[in-house]
Amino acid sequence: MIEIKDLYKKFGKNEVLKGIDLSIKEGGIFSILGPNGSGKTTLIKAILGMVLPDSGEISINGKSLKNDFKYRDKIDYLPQIANFPGNLKVNELIDMIKDLRASQATKDEELIELFKLQPFLNKKLANLSGGTKQKVNLVLTFMFDSPLIILDEPTSGLDPISHLRLKNLIFSEKEKGKTILVTSHILSFVEEIADEIVFLLEGKIYFKGTISELKSKTEQPDFEHAIASILSASYA
Amino acid sequence: MLKILKYSFYDLMRSRWSYVYFLFYLLLGIVLLFLNNDLSKAVITLMNVIIILVPLIGTIFGVMYYYNSREFTELLLAQPVKRSSIFLGQYFGVATSLTMSLIIGLGMPFVFYGIFNSSAIWDFSLLLITGAFLTFIFTALAFVIALSNENRIKGFGYAILLWLFMAVIYDGLFLMSLLYFEDYPLDKFSLVATMLNPVDLSRVLILLKLDISALLGYTGAVFQKFFGTSFGLILSFVMLVFWVVVPTFFIWRIAKRKDF
Repeated sequence: MIEIKDLYKKFGKNEVLKGIDLSIKEGGIFSILGPNGSGKTTLIKAILGMVLPDSGEISINGKSLKNDFKYRDKIDYLPQIANFPGNLKVNELIDMIKDLRASQATKDEELIELFKLQPFLNKKLANLSGGTKQKVNLVLTFMFDSPLIILDEPTSGLDPISHLRLKNLIFSEKEKGKTILVTSHILSFVEEIADEIVFLLEGKIYFKGTISELKSKTEQPDFEHAIASILSASYA
Repeated sequence: MLKILKYSFYDLMRSRWSYVYFLFYLLLGIVLLFLNNDLSKAVITLMNVIIILVPLIGTIFGVMYYYNSREFTELLLAQPVKRSSIFLGQYFGVATSLTMSLIIGLGMPFVFYGIFNSSAIWDFSLLLITGAFLTFIFTALAFVIALSNENRIKGFGYAILLWLFMAVIYDGLFLMSLLYFEDYPLDKFSLVATMLNPVDLSRVLILLKLDISALLGYTGAVFQKFFGTSFGLILSFVMLVFWVVVPTFFIWRIAKRKDF
């Protein structure tokens, strides 16, 4: 579904992506892992067209992304920091995003019910707490029915119940045959949901495969130690 | 683009600052008119305020709006919307709402005073038109500065410097060069120098319309001869449009190549 070939990107002198080759097939949950500054968000933003690569090619379903913007209609993206125009009310924001995507088939009411957002619908976004903003963010992401979902740190600021609901939501989307890309620092969360992981280290792909493959490669009994052994090996 | 413009505009129409700006002009208009009781004088005072204040507000608002809506812009960038539409939409949203505050805020007291039955209607319209141009020009310049500077403090700094240069320093340099080269014919130079700064251009346009160019002495006569003709007037407006179009083009170009 997503094909990335020889992707390079640097910001000033800081080389963030140094030749990424990655292919992600349709269906399933893929988790992008890596230490801070390893290029996770840059990679995701390159897929979304927010960061323009220095060289290399990204294509989705065989179509190159260059000079195209309509393909984003097929992607639902959850940004890392949920910050919205403070003067808008929650329901106005939802209507606005719907209007921008000109999409009819939405399930926003279902999601508002799921995350118990009804009492906040008429409140201004400036007055919401961080966790509630993240819930609004989730509603905005999941209300469309796109085949590709990209989540950047989806669990940040969520209470345990919402966390659980989010997990169920991700699983039900996967059941529908969607492709889901997730970045997260919470390893237990990744271990639970991910079918396959991609480990980025200093702008290159260090490992791609299932979690059990990672465990056997690093000869560690559990996921956390496997990750830790990669990191200590690289920093040693 | 129209959708983005609409939402930016709504967002700003609800912001406290739009009302402060609007009320300021309303108050200014009322005070000038009803305490002064002389339309022409009121227009001149207004001109002095507008020429300095409109660019300042346009610059500050433009930079502030851009930096404040950064995260929201990122949300928009992930939607199936063209990049240029997002930034041009935001720019026109800010510039339009500022222009509305200016025109309605000043317009209301003048309408109640009876501007429509007065001969000053044309001077007043010219004042509002140049005010609108200045808003669009300086908001666009502010967007260019904000787009090219990731660092807010730097962005604000450059924006304020730009305003200071256009509104104050440029005049100083202009005057100094006039003094320094006074032995040479300077009519053409001063005409060109005026055309190149939108603030000066607006000021001269209004002053000449108000028929007080006699106060400007010999230069005034030269200016009157040039700007008084329809050719001069059209050329001035072309210059003002040019000052809107060029920064807008840069907004489009920078936005196309920028990483977020």
